[in-house]
Amino acid sequence: MEILKNKGLKKSYLSPDPKEKGERNSVIDISQFSMNAGEQMALKGSSGSGKTTFLNLISGILKPDSGEIFFLDQNIASLSESKRDQIRAKYMGYVFQTFNLLQGYTALENVVMGMMFGQRIDPAKAQSLLEKVNLKDRMNYLPRQLSVGQQQRVSVARALANGPKLVLADEPTGNLDQTHAAETIDLIKNICRDNNAALLLVTHDPHVLEKFARIEDLAKINHAAK
Amino acid sequence: MPNAISNLLFIVYKSLRQYALSTMIASFSVALAAGLLMTVFVIKTQTYNAFTGGAFGFDAVLGARGSQLQLVLNTVFHLETSPGNIPWTLYQAIKSDPRVTLAIPYAVGDNYHGFRIVGTSDELFTEFEYQRGKKFQVKTGGRFFDSTKREAVIGSFVAQKEGLKIGDTFHPFHGVTFAENMQHKEIYTVAGILKPTNSPSDKVVWIPIDGMFRMEGHVLRGTGDEYKVNEGEEIPDAHKEVSAVMLKLKSPQTGFQLDQTINKQGKVATLAWPIGSVMAELFNKIGWMNKVLAFIAYLVAIVASSSILASVYNTINERRREFAILRALGAQKRIVFSAIVLECAAISGLGTLMGYGIFFMIMSISSVIVRSQTGVVLDIWQFNTILVITPIVMIVLGALAGILPAIKAYSTDVATNIVPAS
Repeated sequence: MEILKNKGLKKSYLSPDPKEKGERNSVIDISQFSMNAGEQMALKGSSGSGKTTFLNLISGILKPDSGEIFFLDQNIASLSESKRDQIRAKYMGYVFQTFNLLQGYTALENVVMGMMFGQRIDPAKAQSLLEKVNLKDRMNYLPRQLSVGQQQRVSVARALANGPKLVLADEPTGNLDQTHAAETIDLIKNICRDNNAALLLVTHDPHVLEKFARIEDLAKINHAAK
Repeated sequence: MPNAISNLLFIVYKSLRQYALSTMIASFSVALAAGLLMTVFVIKTQTYNAFTGGAFGFDAVLGARGSQLQLVLNTVFHLETSPGNIPWTLYQAIKSDPRVTLAIPYAVGDNYHGFRIVGTSDELFTEFEYQRGKKFQVKTGGRFFDSTKREAVIGSFVAQKEGLKIGDTFHPFHGVTFAENMQHKEIYTVAGILKPTNSPSDKVVWIPIDGMFRMEGHVLRGTGDEYKVNEGEEIPDAHKEVSAVMLKLKSPQTGFQLDQTINKQGKVATLAWPIGSVMAELFNKIGWMNKVLAFIAYLVAIVASSSILASVYNTINERRREFAILRALGAQKRIVFSAIVLECAAISGLGTLMGYGIFFMIMSISSVIVRSQTGVVLDIWQFNTILVITPIVMIVLGALAGILPAIKAYSTDVATNIVPAS
């Protein structure tokens, strides 16, 4: 069963170059893309391939210029920003390369924030997620008091907090050494599998790519990629 | 909905804690504004009530031809100088008027270390009620003065400030303002100390009126000619004079009638009646000052709200990523907007709470000053609607101040602020 299906997806930005005033630079031009519920897919993407923009389109943070994004049988490209926010809050989790933890919040509170806008807050579930990522004794630590690896594990727990149907991971190992990177990828994969969440992970790290059965090359599917 | 509100409150609480320093600075400016606003209005209300509608105990004052206001200030509030004297015979005439229930003579012109000495009759203690059902009472061990002796009954504030006790003696000084070289040779003994009345009477030294007539250097002009009292000699009534006669009238109608007779048809004396209206006129004359004070207080409130705007607005740039993260987690724009508005309102609310502390501090200091200057006591704990209105106004102003930064936060672009686009 398909959980995500894109058709004729296009996104462009106004060129920041004064010489190209009024011109638009195409960033995303993907004719077709889909993935199934519970599937784990790696999206190979180098710098400038439009991988972050693609994830932002899927998550509803950005609206495409044209095309359709069917998520759970609903074309989110046609929805208002507020509706897209609600869908993201309820059904999606996001793991960032730069973790994007809220600095004034403890590890536990960061995970709680992951469920705040989509469903009922369940501190016990947040605690159990932190236990799963081996941060039982770091729950009340602020992000700055955690190591880089620990911060990324908090962000993984947060992405799973709302019981998502789809987890988007944007270069989640970009700031980690190889050992921590491997551990983190295994963690994300296992935790998504345990929670029956589909995983779309963007990376250009070959060590990460080899852990996935299905790999798509963004440079090939995105006609706008440089 | 309750969940949404508690979530919002949680976000606001975290922001306030995270930016604790700027929160405290902005709150303090609100506290100053709220404290000042409440103090200005409470002092204004309480002084107005105390001077115009207070429990004076008397309905009218009969005194020398001149200003009614000066007469009231001099006799009821023991401020200002006396406008002059009236003959004792006038006092006798008004006292025997069946429409007058009580007439008490006052003779002023001396002081003890700046506290007014008022010569009066013992009816002040036996008949006069300074508030309905409340007569002057002396503290344990004391008594009212013996009209035939050089004895004094002193107000509680005088006793406290001068450290005078029952049995202590003192020399009066000539004039209503204290000058060391104006000491009278007579020695008075403190017979009693009045229990506090929270009125200007607490600042007065009461002596028998005969003692005032006989004070060294005093000259009586009841007949128009100067008369100096010789010791041991009976003073003929015709020579006696008083500064004022304090009156209790049988009915308000009597006030109208006496006003006609004394003020409009007569040329000898002035009747200040009703006392509250006379004082209200004074407040009307200085009403512009209250308006200026209120205007300044409003300005301070606006400045304080602007300081919230400035402090929160300045943090928005560094918080853009935080808003982007919240948005990426699914927070709708209106949640971010509401969080900022609520945060500003909370800063204002916190400031107003601190403002109560500042209000009590200023009021405590002000009440000491007002009491020492006028004898009027400001009640710090007395309820005033401004104490409820100010927090509401300040919180609303705070919330309004939050709109601009909230719009800035609302328009935060998630994609560009969360991670660099590739």
